[in-house]
Amino acid sequence: MGARLEMENVSHRYGGDAPALEDLSLDVEPGELVALLGPSGCGKTTALKVVAGLLRPTCGDVRVGGRSVVGTPPERREAAMVFQKPLLFPHMSVARNVGFGLKMRGTPREETGSKVHEALRRVRMEGFAGRPPEELSGGQQQRVALARALVTEPRLLLLDEPFSALDANLREEMRELVLRLQREGGHTTVFVTHDQEEAVVLADRIALVFDGKLQMYDEPQAFYDRPATREVARFFGATNFIEGRTKNGSVRTPLGDLRLEGPAPPGAVTLTIRPEAVRLEAGENSFRARVSSASYLGTQVHYELRTAQTTLRAALPPHVRLAVGDEVTARLPAGSLWTLKA
Amino acid sequence: MGKGARRSDAVLVVVAALVALPFVPLVLWAFAGEWRFPDLLPTAWSLRGMSHLFEPGGGVLGAAFNSLVIGAATAAASVAVGLPAGMAIGGYEWRFKGVVVFFILLPILVPPLASTMGVHVTFIRLGLADTLPGVFLVHLVPTVPYTALILAGVFAERTGELEEAARTLGASPWQAFMRVTLPGVLPGVAVAGLFAFLISWGQYVLTLLIGGGNVVTLPMLLFSAASGNDPVITSALALAFALPAILTLVLALRVLKPGQRTNLIGPGKV
Repeated sequence: MGARLEMENVSHRYGGDAPALEDLSLDVEPGELVALLGPSGCGKTTALKVVAGLLRPTCGDVRVGGRSVVGTPPERREAAMVFQKPLLFPHMSVARNVGFGLKMRGTPREETGSKVHEALRRVRMEGFAGRPPEELSGGQQQRVALARALVTEPRLLLLDEPFSALDANLREEMRELVLRLQREGGHTTVFVTHDQEEAVVLADRIALVFDGKLQMYDEPQAFYDRPATREVARFFGATNFIEGRTKNGSVRTPLGDLRLEGPAPPGAVTLTIRPEAVRLEAGENSFRARVSSASYLGTQVHYELRTAQTTLRAALPPHVRLAVGDEVTARLPAGSLWTLKA
Repeated sequence: MGKGARRSDAVLVVVAALVALPFVPLVLWAFAGEWRFPDLLPTAWSLRGMSHLFEPGGGVLGAAFNSLVIGAATAAASVAVGLPAGMAIGGYEWRFKGVVVFFILLPILVPPLASTMGVHVTFIRLGLADTLPGVFLVHLVPTVPYTALILAGVFAERTGELEEAARTLGASPWQAFMRVTLPGVLPGVAVAGLFAFLISWGQYVLTLLIGGGNVVTLPMLLFSAASGNDPVITSALALAFALPAILTLVLALRVLKPGQRTNLIGPGKV
């Protein structure tokens, strides 16, 4: 079973540059899989290396299982890391690669043998024990790298974009493998990725990081339903932002007065709605619009609905056929409108 | 096999021919008994050149032995110095690295004749002039920069992430170096050592200046033979001089497995 990971106000700066990581606080429950998500260069790999002990935080504290590990060298943290590249040791066979961590711990030879075999079986690479790494494909190498990290039964499993170099099919397969290993082993896992979809599929919770700062830390669904800021919403594919001002309990916008489910906050507000939540019907919060573009995506059709003042995006099932130029009535259900923080 | 492969094969053949052709007259001369002007090939053959090489009192065996000892010692010492230097330059980032690299390269940039004059004066004072250890030491001047540079390239590829992976798996810095970094760079170390050996093997000027004629190596014999007028002896010596170099290179390419060889030239497959 994995250990609890706590990062408290962790900052890191390389040389005199702007901090790569600023005041990051993160709690990861034992056995939880957390995705550190963000665009490349946002500091998420830095965060992972700080946890692994490969980088020393400029300030802040990192605790594993309740104990601070800031002064502990990486080899004594039991935080195994899998990198973007497999980084198998080229002069060792697959089996010796996987057994490396056990050897460093002085595990007896027979025990190492059976554990290595078991680890290779878990990643479905049992037939490759004697092979040199160079004979393996990229995906196979990365599976071996996973086995090599898991075999030591680390208290933390740190994955740094481990599948970003693989092609789409393989990536999907690897995600399933990680989920399965996670369920079986109950490792506390921190997973770095820039792929929003990957984070949603894998993670119990997502920590979204921009410019070294934590933007939002919550369950995947929350990033769609209740994004904290406009930037967060936009990162998760939101395109509809409606500016307005609260008046008499509803929000006055270019689309008319919109009613929200809860009480509307006073003053200027920005509302957002997922394109797939837009309805083509009359009723509360409805307005007239003209279809200005349509793009067919197979399972969905994306439409741009234009009114006199603004444009809104709607994603509708393909059986609703609208042509460019059609006049439609669209409705924004109160329950799907979300108020963003300024 | 595409068209491109066949074309590169043809290029290889041409390059090999250009390298090998100058050796043809050398081999012919070395075994010639009589070869006068208008004749295309020697009219008589002899083993006079070969027997000169192995003649007990001829001094060739002794000179070859000196060259071998100095070359091996130079190679070993160059690697011993170049390994940590190469690791520091290639594997890590630090302040003033450019300045240090410049100083390491200086012996290549400064004409050896200029610096060796100063070295000579110092060596006379230290009693190292005209001795074999002195010649060995002065051979390090051109070899250390090269070994350091070669090894820097090797380490640039091998340190960093591989070591980090080893560390998170439980290896101490020393274990990571011994079990991961060092085995990975060994083929590169072999090549660097070989290179140092060949540089030393080919030294003439430095050996002459510091050895003062007391330390006789193969190039010294070859040089004096070349200024005489016995092309048979000169060619035999030239062959004896070139052969070990060719042999060691062929051997090195065979010993280094293809997978390891790519790591010396460029990144392996990911």
